[in-house]
Amino acid sequence: MIHSLFLINSSGDIFLEKHWKSVVSRSVCDYFFEAQERATEAENVPPVIPTPHHYLLSVYRHKIFFVAVIQTEVPPLFVIEFLHRVVDTFQDYFGVCSEPVIKDNVVVVYEVLEEMLDNGFPLATESNILKELIKPPTILRTVVNTITGSTNVGDQLPTGQLSVVPWRRTGVKYTNNEAYFDVIEEIDAIIDKSGSTVTAEIQGVIDACVKLTGMPDLTLSFMNPRLLDDVSFHPCVRFKRWESERILSFIPPDGNFRLLSYHVSAQNLVAIPVYVKHNISFRDSSSLGRFEITVGPKQTMGKTIEGVMVTSQMPKGVLNMSLTPSQGTHTFDPVTKMLSWDVGKINPQKLPSLKGTMSLQAGASKPDENPTINLQFKIQQLAISGLKVNRLDMYGEKYKPFKGIKYMTKAGKFQVRT
Amino acid sequence: MTDSKYFTTTKKGEIFELKAELNSDKKEKKKEAVKKVIASMTVGKDVSALFPDVVNCMQTDNLELKKLVYLYLMNYAKSQPDMAIMAVNTFVKDCEDPNPLIRALAVRTMGCIRVDKITEYLCEPLRKCLKDEDPYVRKTAAVCVAKLHDINAQLVEDQGFLDTLKDLISDSNPMVVANAVAALSEIAESHPSSNLLDLNPQSINKLLTALNECTEWGQIFILDCLANYTPKDDREAQSICERVTPRLSHANSAVVLSAVKVLMKFMEMLSKDLDYYGTLLKKLAPPLVTLLSAEPELQYVALRNINLIVQKRPEILKHEMKVFFVKYNDPIYVKLEKLDIMIRLASQANIAQVLAELKEYATEVDVDFVRKAVRAIGRCAIKVEQSAERCVSTLLDLIQTKVNYVVQEAIVVIKDIFRKYPNKYESVIATLCENLDSLDEPEARAAMIWIVGEYAERIDNADELLEGFLEGFHDESTQVQLQLLTAIVKLFLKKPTETQELVQQVLSLATQDSDNPDLRDRGYIYWRLLSTDPVAAKEVVLAEKPLISEETDLIEPTLLDELICYIGTLASVYHKPPSAFVEGGRGVVHKSLPPRTASSESTESPETAPAGAPPGEQPDVIPAQGDLLGDLLNLDLGPPVSSPPLATTSVQMGAVDLLGGGLDSLIGGPNFVAPPAATVPASLGAPIGGGLSDLFDLTSGVGTLSGSYVAPKAVWLPAMKAKGLEILGTFTRQVGSISMDLQLTNKALQVMTDFAIQFNRNSFGLAPAAPLQVHAPLSPNQTVEISLPLNTVGSVMKMEPLNNLQVAVKNNIDVFYFSTLYPLHILFVEDGKMDRQMFLATWKDIPNENEAQFQIRDCPLNAEAVSSKLQSSNIFTIAKRNVEGQDMLYQSLKLTNGIWVLAELRIQPGNPSFTLSLKCRAPEVSQHVYQAYETILKN
Repeated sequence: MIHSLFLINSSGDIFLEKHWKSVVSRSVCDYFFEAQERATEAENVPPVIPTPHHYLLSVYRHKIFFVAVIQTEVPPLFVIEFLHRVVDTFQDYFGVCSEPVIKDNVVVVYEVLEEMLDNGFPLATESNILKELIKPPTILRTVVNTITGSTNVGDQLPTGQLSVVPWRRTGVKYTNNEAYFDVIEEIDAIIDKSGSTVTAEIQGVIDACVKLTGMPDLTLSFMNPRLLDDVSFHPCVRFKRWESERILSFIPPDGNFRLLSYHVSAQNLVAIPVYVKHNISFRDSSSLGRFEITVGPKQTMGKTIEGVMVTSQMPKGVLNMSLTPSQGTHTFDPVTKMLSWDVGKINPQKLPSLKGTMSLQAGASKPDENPTINLQFKIQQLAISGLKVNRLDMYGEKYKPFKGIKYMTKAGKFQVRT
Repeated sequence: MTDSKYFTTTKKGEIFELKAELNSDKKEKKKEAVKKVIASMTVGKDVSALFPDVVNCMQTDNLELKKLVYLYLMNYAKSQPDMAIMAVNTFVKDCEDPNPLIRALAVRTMGCIRVDKITEYLCEPLRKCLKDEDPYVRKTAAVCVAKLHDINAQLVEDQGFLDTLKDLISDSNPMVVANAVAALSEIAESHPSSNLLDLNPQSINKLLTALNECTEWGQIFILDCLANYTPKDDREAQSICERVTPRLSHANSAVVLSAVKVLMKFMEMLSKDLDYYGTLLKKLAPPLVTLLSAEPELQYVALRNINLIVQKRPEILKHEMKVFFVKYNDPIYVKLEKLDIMIRLASQANIAQVLAELKEYATEVDVDFVRKAVRAIGRCAIKVEQSAERCVSTLLDLIQTKVNYVVQEAIVVIKDIFRKYPNKYESVIATLCENLDSLDEPEARAAMIWIVGEYAERIDNADELLEGFLEGFHDESTQVQLQLLTAIVKLFLKKPTETQELVQQVLSLATQDSDNPDLRDRGYIYWRLLSTDPVAAKEVVLAEKPLISEETDLIEPTLLDELICYIGTLASVYHKPPSAFVEGGRGVVHKSLPPRTASSESTESPETAPAGAPPGEQPDVIPAQGDLLGDLLNLDLGPPVSSPPLATTSVQMGAVDLLGGGLDSLIGGPNFVAPPAATVPASLGAPIGGGLSDLFDLTSGVGTLSGSYVAPKAVWLPAMKAKGLEILGTFTRQVGSISMDLQLTNKALQVMTDFAIQFNRNSFGLAPAAPLQVHAPLSPNQTVEISLPLNTVGSVMKMEPLNNLQVAVKNNIDVFYFSTLYPLHILFVEDGKMDRQMFLATWKDIPNENEAQFQIRDCPLNAEAVSSKLQSSNIFTIAKRNVEGQDMLYQSLKLTNGIWVLAELRIQPGNPSFTLSLKCRAPEVSQHVYQAYETILKN
């Protein structure tokens, strides 16, 4: 199982190590550094690196490499999932997951890691349970602890650990009982030169924030559950009920959690809410190129597209760009060749555009590759797949909770080829 | 105030100050001091000097302080074993604490202290904790057994903890069950022989119940454990599958992949006609697709596994091509994997889309990726015949971009396309020639030279082009030199008049000025060929080349089946069985897919690899990983990836792949050379002049010239039945010709004359190639021996049994009929050696129903002897692999009517029984091929 964990920052310093079995010398990370050097960018470091006696499995998040060391045959996904869980836990505990924050809270981090694994076997990874075992640091608690001498380590066995509903603690109490559900869909799409869709799919999630007293039992039903043929559930969802009635029935964890994630595949028709008209041309003879893009709404079901942001990695040969946007602001970084244009809202009556010229290296031949345009946007109150919640009911408790459902569509990896 | 304060030091020295604080009377100060110590420890500072002071803080009611001290102990106990003993009493006391959290913490920490003296004290508390009333303590204790086993395995066995652990599998709490399974699996991994996880339908049922209720990690342990179970029949397999399928919707990708493993493995047992089989196939696709929307690291592992799944069951993802399209900001390791899977899924239905994508990728920035994309276009052309034309035009478009590395890659793949579709796309040669000057990589240059040589007759200035290359002959890499030599010889044979000078130049460069033995030897053989018999040279050098196979890097079928059992593990990421890389060969259990039929006895039980088997040698995976088309043509030098073991005593003189361009199949084996000065090995015995092609045929077995096995003559027609004519006979095959050796005896009283023979129509069209010639009349009691040459162009009719031959013999007395059975090996032709890539593709292509398995008993030969013996009867060993001490021989043979039979022969040293698996598109021949094997091997 998982032997050790090293946290490494982007400049290659090991700033934390934790061993769950015997100590593995940090020199094992030299193999990782070699791989890091070979990869041009941090993102390209291979996730599985073999060394003579160990395997290094790593994830790269928040500019930190989380490198796990294993010695025997262990499912790599198991390790990688666990590492992601570590990152999520840190984020949950400290708000952000960064090197300074981890260093500032090093003892809590150490205590948490110790609770998460025992001999390399996962012990407590639910943040609900962890927070009962090791209380997250808050300014108030630090002050109180200093005065009263009490600790931030719980001395009771977390109630959730062994119950049939390990994700929920007992004795939850709220004065305002509320349950909010956010249906968030991200469109991943590749659009080709001519504007037709190469591939498009929707990654959807339903995130919940449930603050309900006692042991509520919720059911959530959809107007069109047939859309959901590829779903992953939070362990709280009763799978049998879903299989037979297409209803989500569950005892929710307390607080924020992801109830379900789903995938609407490329085979179903996915509506594309925006289009990009582009004209990017380099000429062989001249050292100037023309650049023009326009963004407009397509299938938006009457909703406004907001937060539009266009980025594009320009070819190396482009020295500078002189552009005028019809709205929003734009920047071009001549070092990284990254163009970004913060468009804002799209007004269908007056489409935003960005026009101008690119100056190219004199004498160089025209660039081989065409820049790909990356698009970000948001549409409130719309789930682009058409998914709609029918009703939400609560059983098992007597009070009337306040319920709310929100929809949102966002661009995921939305790329337009030119 | 944050923990960073713990890192500040004063001038007096950190350790000194901490010591003082640790011994302070104030609880609060003590705790702060321990925190400082822990903080130093986490960043790798050595604070072991404080050991006694920290241990002194252990006796406390404060749980946080206790935990901190425990953390410190675990880290440093090993370096201070004597001091650590001081802590034992506290541990033992804590194991009796009323608070289960403290009991569990104590047993957990004790297990982590890897000091022998402490482990002795651990046994009693552990025994209690394993039977604790609180499940939290029990589950912690279960893991502790695994820890203890790691430190002192003997102790664990002596104390009977393993049995207690096995009992915990039936615990009422699912978390305890999961941890017990995890602990047992870990122990079992280090002791493959111990039959710890003895699974039976009852325990499986308990595991399946616990599966629904335990945590995600517990589910992974249980699923991985289930995957090791072999259900007794298809009904049990189906019912397990049904209970595992809900796991496919789990949010944790490791759970999903472990569930996929169980399903892929048990599916093997289900009949394809079953409705449930189809349902299951459909259910597998969405979760696999969903894995691809996760973080890139997860995607990578998922893609490596999907690569296996796609090879085993392409039908699962055949409609999901688009999810493998590459996004420009995917990490490079994800891009390359996606590309590979795209080609595997490419078919006539989706090829247009795939090509459009590949063309798009070829204009990306990342050079490595662009190269792979261009190669992928070539692979598509070879794989999907209908798309070849579009692929070629796409490649031409890419050549027009003039981007140097794109052009070079394109030329390399176009050469492969020419090999696959000869005489179809030669119109593009002109365009290729335009780019001659920009080629600077050896592989591209060699490919271009091959093209020029191969199509010399259509390129007007071929001689000029090749001459251009010849100028810098010595600066070229060996690969290019060899190719250039072959190309110029081809050119000479096609246009002998204008190029005599050129060919002489290249031969002298190759033979006199080169230090490279391969080049020199190849030069000599050409020289000799050209000088002795230009006609034969033409036949040899310009011979038709075997077509290249479609799929170039398929995983060997047995290896693939094994890897399917390892889905989700490191083995699946590396596409190697664990025996190839697991440290020290420990924990190597050879897994295999369960057999399809419900009740048949499987010939190898999957879980019982011989105990203490030597760590398996790294198996020789036939396709070279990673290199898409690299060795497709065997263009590069050096012996073929691993040459089949030829147990001949012949002279190994080194020159391999004499004629380049994949002609080696013509030559048959890597052992022949004839430099002008050297004498031909006497044993060859064949005249050089005029018989060179014979010579090549013979090289396959210089030491075993005798040809295939000949059975002693048997009585075919007794004298009583034929009015005094007795016929004994047998069949032989020698150097490509079949004959029927007859012995006719006249047991009558009158002279026999006017002999003639005729065959009835038979399965393989055997017919006499010449009339039966008995020169003199056969007087009474005289015997004559005749060899009747046969051919296989007669009319065909399927006989029962297949190898039945009905013969009519006539003489001046009467016409007599008899029938005989001929051994099938007389029909095995000399060019029955299949290309290894082709072998893989074909093996995969032939449906599993066509596979037949036989046992060859009491055959005391070793693998080497077997393969040489079989080779002399034209059964060719294509590859040999060693798995777990067993030799696996992969063999091919071809019948006169073009039917290929593929064989896998498993030989266990010391065991005289071999297992023979035969795959053939015409399964009815398998039985007879098996008999041929028996006959050949036992004589």
